[in-house]
Amino acid sequence: MKVKVLCRNPDDYVRETTRDIQRVPRNYDPTLHPFEVPREYTRALNATKLERVFAKPFVASLDGHRDGISCITKHAKSLSTVISGACDGEVKLWNLPKQECLRTVQAHEGFVRGICSRFCGTSFFTVGDDKTIKQWNLEAPGYGVREEPINTILGKAVFTGIDHHQRESTFVTCGQTVDIWDEQRSSPIRSFSWGVDSFSCVRYNPVETELLASCASDRSIVLYDTRESAPLRKVVMQLRSNTLCWNPMEAYYFTCANEDYNLYTYDIRHLDVPVTVHMDHVSAVLDVDYSPTGREFVSASFDKTIRIFPKDKGHSREVYHTKRMQHVICVRWSADNKYVLSGSDEMNIRLWKANASEKLGLLSTREKAAAHYNKKLIEKFQHHPQVRRIARHRHLPGDILKQKREQREMKEARRRREQNVRKHSKPGSVPLLTEKEKHVVAVVE
Amino acid sequence: MNSSRHLLPTSEPLKTQWFTFVSEGNAPPIYINVFMFTRIIRDPASPPEEVSSYFADVCLSCPQIQRGIAYEKTAAEVSCWRNIILQNQKAEQMVFPLNQESSGPKRVEQVVAGWKVQTPLEQEIFRLLHINSQPVADPVLTPVEEQSLKAMSLEEAKIRRAELQKARALQSYYEAKAKREKKIKSKKYHKVQKKAKCKDFLKQFDEMVKTNPEGALEELKKMELSRMEERMSLKHQNSGKWAKSKAIMAKYDDSARKAMQEQLQMNKDLTQKIVVPSDDEHESNEEGLETVPDFVNDSEPVIDSVNPWMRGQLTHEEPEVSCVTTEDVQTAEEENEEEELVGEFERKRKLRQVSDKEEEEEEEEDDDEEEEDVSEFNTLFRLMRSEKTLEGSNPTREGLNTPGQEDEDGLLNEGQVRVRNIEDLEVLGEVVDPQPIAEPSLPQTAAVEATSEPPNKKKREIDLKEVLTKEAKAVKVPFLPTVVDEEERDEQISIIKEAFAGDDVISDFIKDKSKREAAGRPEVVDLTLPGWGEWGGVGLKPPRWKRKRFRIKAAPPPPRQDQKLPDVIISENRNASVAAHQVSQLPFPFQNTAQFESSIRTPIGPTWNTQSVVKNMTKPKVITKMGAIIEPMVKEHFIKNKTTTPGGKGPAIMLGENKRAKEGAKRSSEKHRGRRSQKRRK
Repeated sequence: MKVKVLCRNPDDYVRETTRDIQRVPRNYDPTLHPFEVPREYTRALNATKLERVFAKPFVASLDGHRDGISCITKHAKSLSTVISGACDGEVKLWNLPKQECLRTVQAHEGFVRGICSRFCGTSFFTVGDDKTIKQWNLEAPGYGVREEPINTILGKAVFTGIDHHQRESTFVTCGQTVDIWDEQRSSPIRSFSWGVDSFSCVRYNPVETELLASCASDRSIVLYDTRESAPLRKVVMQLRSNTLCWNPMEAYYFTCANEDYNLYTYDIRHLDVPVTVHMDHVSAVLDVDYSPTGREFVSASFDKTIRIFPKDKGHSREVYHTKRMQHVICVRWSADNKYVLSGSDEMNIRLWKANASEKLGLLSTREKAAAHYNKKLIEKFQHHPQVRRIARHRHLPGDILKQKREQREMKEARRRREQNVRKHSKPGSVPLLTEKEKHVVAVVE
Repeated sequence: MNSSRHLLPTSEPLKTQWFTFVSEGNAPPIYINVFMFTRIIRDPASPPEEVSSYFADVCLSCPQIQRGIAYEKTAAEVSCWRNIILQNQKAEQMVFPLNQESSGPKRVEQVVAGWKVQTPLEQEIFRLLHINSQPVADPVLTPVEEQSLKAMSLEEAKIRRAELQKARALQSYYEAKAKREKKIKSKKYHKVQKKAKCKDFLKQFDEMVKTNPEGALEELKKMELSRMEERMSLKHQNSGKWAKSKAIMAKYDDSARKAMQEQLQMNKDLTQKIVVPSDDEHESNEEGLETVPDFVNDSEPVIDSVNPWMRGQLTHEEPEVSCVTTEDVQTAEEENEEEELVGEFERKRKLRQVSDKEEEEEEEEDDDEEEEDVSEFNTLFRLMRSEKTLEGSNPTREGLNTPGQEDEDGLLNEGQVRVRNIEDLEVLGEVVDPQPIAEPSLPQTAAVEATSEPPNKKKREIDLKEVLTKEAKAVKVPFLPTVVDEEERDEQISIIKEAFAGDDVISDFIKDKSKREAAGRPEVVDLTLPGWGEWGGVGLKPPRWKRKRFRIKAAPPPPRQDQKLPDVIISENRNASVAAHQVSQLPFPFQNTAQFESSIRTPIGPTWNTQSVVKNMTKPKVITKMGAIIEPMVKEHFIKNKTTTPGGKGPAIMLGENKRAKEGAKRSSEKHRGRRSQKRRK
């Protein structure tokens, strides 16, 4: 007689080690797991709530400067090092993980206007109100040795900004003219000017490394090519741009921070209309920096907030502020895309997380999977009113809210007035302008 | 234009792009747009006639024009990023830092690159190497080889693979087609086919004579060869079995005589010598050359036919050779062309760097698949046919069956209505599956198959229907447990009936539903004012005209959703608490509600999907490596054809660069590395 017995293969249910999780055989028959949408919706709602609960973006504050921070720069090769310059001419090197100052250098008399790190990460350049460009070694001098710059160049006028080439030993400064310098020479190898008395910012394109853009005090943004003898083109806007930043992953886009509370992203091939107008700040925007992935950028404003914008969205996805943070003057996005650094008037450098609710440190596989699933769920149900309501809620200080409301009213009034003017004038005489077209005055060739 | 006119460019005001030419006389000034100049300068070979090249150098000195040219140049140069940028924007996932080193095994010198000499022994060795000017890290691959390693990107490889797959598929289709055509047994079909091919060939030959006389000559030679074969064989002569029978019939039958004559005529035609306008010696040589191997090929297998080992390739080729009768020559040539195409495919395939073994395996697989496909097709076809016959036979069956089954009288007709009651469940359980009904028609289908389709002996599954042609007797066995079950159920039902004897659930439900329907119906608004325009008092009804005029009937509401569902109540009231969770407007990227709903409907969680699917569906858009610096894009990595940065222009001083910086520089451009290594050798 044949006896049949149930037979199980131990490979199917026995763990290899006790640290493995138990294997759960699962039947994916949809009839066994009904109500997919409502269940996922609830999960999405919970994920959104948790995301807001865990949104604690502030990581650390670095204090030690004795005056407002005027500029910050990242170390080219080290994630943990940051260099900052203050309004009293002091430059400090910071170690971020230890949150301590490594070194202090009295670099200039008066403001430190700009700092840039050399691409190899061995030295950095500073410019200041004392009309000098100084090159400093990034390694600290030995004990008892005085801090001396490697190189000092005396200029004729005040320099307001500096940027280094991505791969070559040239750098560019701006002041009354835009000058291109060789590291070896004490006079600029080329200087550009185009009927303007001063520039506030100049930046090398990190991708097309021969391209330059600068913000001038005559409300214009000027493009240069170092291989050409003359500047390329100029856009004149309604108000002055303070700084600009090139997208590190998309060669022909840059974003400028404007005095009219907005940021504008331009395509250098079509300068007559900005690609996107980013509005949310309630005061002049002072600085902007792209994330190294080129997907987002962070902006610092006079209204004491930092905002993070997706590069192609008109409104910000995140706003950071603290009670003690005053006018934010400079902001940088760390090179690993994880942190944002802001330097403000009240002498502090603050370190923020770029994703407010992201868990820092090493994640286990399951944690990672859960985070991805939650993120995807929120994305999937982002249009549902409850999810959206929670996901978009941000706390803002009262005065900023008040200003926001005020500005909305002003804008509405302006719109209404324009409408009335159009209504009472000859048809076609008052053209209908889109928001993008309003802010560009002219493109000069 | 004469030289008396001179140029007066305006001094860069905003938006002026016009130059004014003022003449010394009284002639009016001429305005010329800046863009016109730029065009002239960019294309000096063909200047427009109105403005002579005299102005070109004047214009070049004008900064406005210089800027215009420079800007356009730069814009064009920058535009080369467009594809990459678009691609990255559309990419489902981006992994930063870009251009990460491949995870595969590395070459020795790559691993050693970061290694530093530490021990005195190592120092000694390296000193010796330096003294003898030996390369410290001897590159195994030359720069050219490295380039060639990187030549084919992943996308290119994918495209190439797709091409090859297509070619293979085409080939298999062709093979399948050839096989199918070969299987067709109809003589008429082949005759028609041959004739058509013959005609085609003649046409082509005529064209060939005009266009390609050499080709035509070769064709002629082939024809000659076929003639010789015809002469050697006994085909189309009176010696065949058919011919002999016809010869007997010819005395009495006209048609037989005709057929015989036709055949003889054909023989004559085929054996007639074609005049070839080439020298005879050459031809004879060729004849000698070509006839001998044929002869050998034909005779050998006959000798060694017993020995299976000797029938290697020759026997494979033999049937083809024997098939090539005089009539078939042309068709064979046609086929040759196609086979050439296949051959080409195969040659291409061999060009691939994949090893030959794999290819053969794939080929075999292909063939197998092909056969399977064909057989599948056949079985499908058979199935379809059997179904058809079933459909044909079923109604009669039913007609026969219905009077016999007295129990299940109304079952087929009533269907849904019955299922409502618990009693009906028993009946539902007894509904027999349709297979036993279909069985009796089996022999019929088998017969049909036998007549119409030749059995596919090679790859045929055993078909039960064919093997068991006799009708199987369906024996009804009373299963004991089921009977017990039924009894139990009856008991249960009676218990339930007893328990709920008082309340009639069904009638309650119907009442409830009708009540709800009534509530949903709009009420008639009565606006009649009694006593207005008439006598009033107790017991007086408003007149008909008044009722007609002042009783307002609202339009009937749209039909209820549960109108046709007798046992369901669907509430159509809007629930405010649910509305708070619903999307009121169609969100932006979606075109219609169906799209949006489908996007919501598919679950992405691990409760409903397997692990890999979940992983795939929830993968983040941007992945960054922890602690890695994300460098901006480097032009040389992405845009290969252009090398804008001059190679020798490195940083003038390396201010005590640390090792890491050097590595970074090395990684940044392969070309630089190549140059450096060359320099080192010198």
